[in-house]
Amino acid sequence: MQVVSPIREKLVTGGKTYHNVTEDICKQVEGEPTKEWKIAFGVALLVFAYGGYWVGRTWWQGLGVWGLNKTVGWAWDITNFVWWVGIGHAGTLISAILLLFRQKWRTSINRAAEAMTIFAVLCAGSFIFFHMGRPWLAYWALPIPNTFGSLWVNFNSPLVWDVFAISTYLSVSVLFWYIGLIPDLATIRDRATGIRKTIYGALSFGWTGGARAWARYEDVSLILAGLSTPLVLSVHTIVSFDFATSVIPGWHTTIFPPYFVAGAIFSGFAMVQNLMLITRVVFKMEDYITIEHISLMNKVITITGSIVGVAYITEFFIAAYSGVQYESYAFINRATGPLWWSYAMMMTCNVLSPQIFWFKALRENIVVSFVIAVVVNIGMWFERFVIIVTSLHRDYLPSSWTYFTPRMGDIGDYLFTFGLFFTCFLLFAKFLPVINMAEVKAVLKTSSEDKK
Amino acid sequence: MANNKFLIGVYNDEDTILHAVSDVRGGGVNIHEVYTPYAIHGMDQALGYKRASMGVAAFLFGITGTALAFLLTFWTLGFDWPMNIGGKNFIPFPTNIPIVFELTVLLASYGMAFTFFVMEGLGPTTKPVIFDQRITDDKFVMAIDLSKNKDSEKNITEILSKSGAVEVNVKEV
Repeated sequence: MQVVSPIREKLVTGGKTYHNVTEDICKQVEGEPTKEWKIAFGVALLVFAYGGYWVGRTWWQGLGVWGLNKTVGWAWDITNFVWWVGIGHAGTLISAILLLFRQKWRTSINRAAEAMTIFAVLCAGSFIFFHMGRPWLAYWALPIPNTFGSLWVNFNSPLVWDVFAISTYLSVSVLFWYIGLIPDLATIRDRATGIRKTIYGALSFGWTGGARAWARYEDVSLILAGLSTPLVLSVHTIVSFDFATSVIPGWHTTIFPPYFVAGAIFSGFAMVQNLMLITRVVFKMEDYITIEHISLMNKVITITGSIVGVAYITEFFIAAYSGVQYESYAFINRATGPLWWSYAMMMTCNVLSPQIFWFKALRENIVVSFVIAVVVNIGMWFERFVIIVTSLHRDYLPSSWTYFTPRMGDIGDYLFTFGLFFTCFLLFAKFLPVINMAEVKAVLKTSSEDKK
Repeated sequence: MANNKFLIGVYNDEDTILHAVSDVRGGGVNIHEVYTPYAIHGMDQALGYKRASMGVAAFLFGITGTALAFLLTFWTLGFDWPMNIGGKNFIPFPTNIPIVFELTVLLASYGMAFTFFVMEGLGPTTKPVIFDQRITDDKFVMAIDLSKNKDSEKNITEILSKSGAVEVNVKEV
């Protein structure tokens, strides 16, 4: 009996040749910026500047420009920090975990997703500096003996772990991203002339594409993927330790690490989905970012959304089962207290909305995918807000119970990170290839009988 | 490589060049290097290279990171300035794990990447020898150093063409 296994669907449509791939992707880097790009960049810079004003005020006047009060001492700053770190996780997930699983569809989107990771982690990191109040003393968080003696940082503190986790994550992500860029920068170098040739020549590190270099390059990529996978899981685990190792009801739950990691993948994939759909339309990348990609992304969003949903319900069950009245109250208050609306937002956006992707027609609809991705990111912001603020605003002493209302300082600092993120992303999209050409070329053929 | 004469076989397809490598090596020709726009799996075996083992570098740097992190946390909190935190041990093993893990990963990745750059001579100031501008676009190129081959230029050109090369060029580097 003879069995013929089916050949997989093509990952890149439109019958592209190797040269087409080079042309399509280098075009963005080599041409004049388009009008859409200029408008988008202008808007991003304006938001960046306006946010910059509020960051300046935060540092000049102090954290009083935020809406914090004596009961709610942590609100938007840490919410936004966790939100951005979470978004960052998708890039590493796509480039590292999907590489280990040999998921070849990741090749069209990994470059942009990794860039997004780096910028999202930068945004997250900036909240640490806002919150410090005196950012010029940021080095106090580093393990160096201070000038008054040899007192060191407390290595038992999750906040110090965070310093190590976030900075390692940023460094390794930059490295992984840059190594992936080297062959593509060489492609641009070999097409460029004049000053551009010098710049891209230096950036491409003298890459020639020799077989020995490629063999080691592949080995390096695989091992970096293997190192980044536990790294990315550790980062959000450690972020969740900021809460889980505390003594606040609603925070000190052992479910946090896996629940935070699932939530991070969930929101990160939603953000990648948004950026991918915009790139697809603006740069006319329909042959590279296909409906199949969108559909697969939506499947991951649905799965992780459901995991997060199970985690929400588990938290409630454990709070009731624990028999601790403070713990139970924290959760009853979360769902029915004065901030019930944020809880409702979280539940609707995160748990219910992605369920529509069980229908194939909706999963493959671009507009629906875009809208749901935005909704998911709103929902994930509210998840962090719910965890942080609803656990704090009614503490052990009813006389100090308060409500939290954001002030312009909170909003301004949040806008700053949006400006930073989109400014960086647009610069990346203009000056660097948004799709990994070398990897896409490697998956152009689905069978060795095709000739390109 | 002053004024060495190279024969450059240009191919259009990854499978053609992969088979051509075995054919050309079978014909007793010494191949200088094969240049491709992307990684071709099996090319290093076909060329008879030893398996790339960057993992060794990653492991050695990683274990250094582990050791340094243990040293840092144990020495600072246990000996240099013992800190009493909630009456716990001065050297709390479990709470140091996150730091040890992060430093292990950091040193392993950067150590391995720099090892790779050094081994391949890659860096911002490297002046590459480019045999064909189209290698990074869509051509697969086999470079043959004539000074390292006893066979005549004409014979090797013939072997290259027969193996599927669409162009055979001569280049002096």
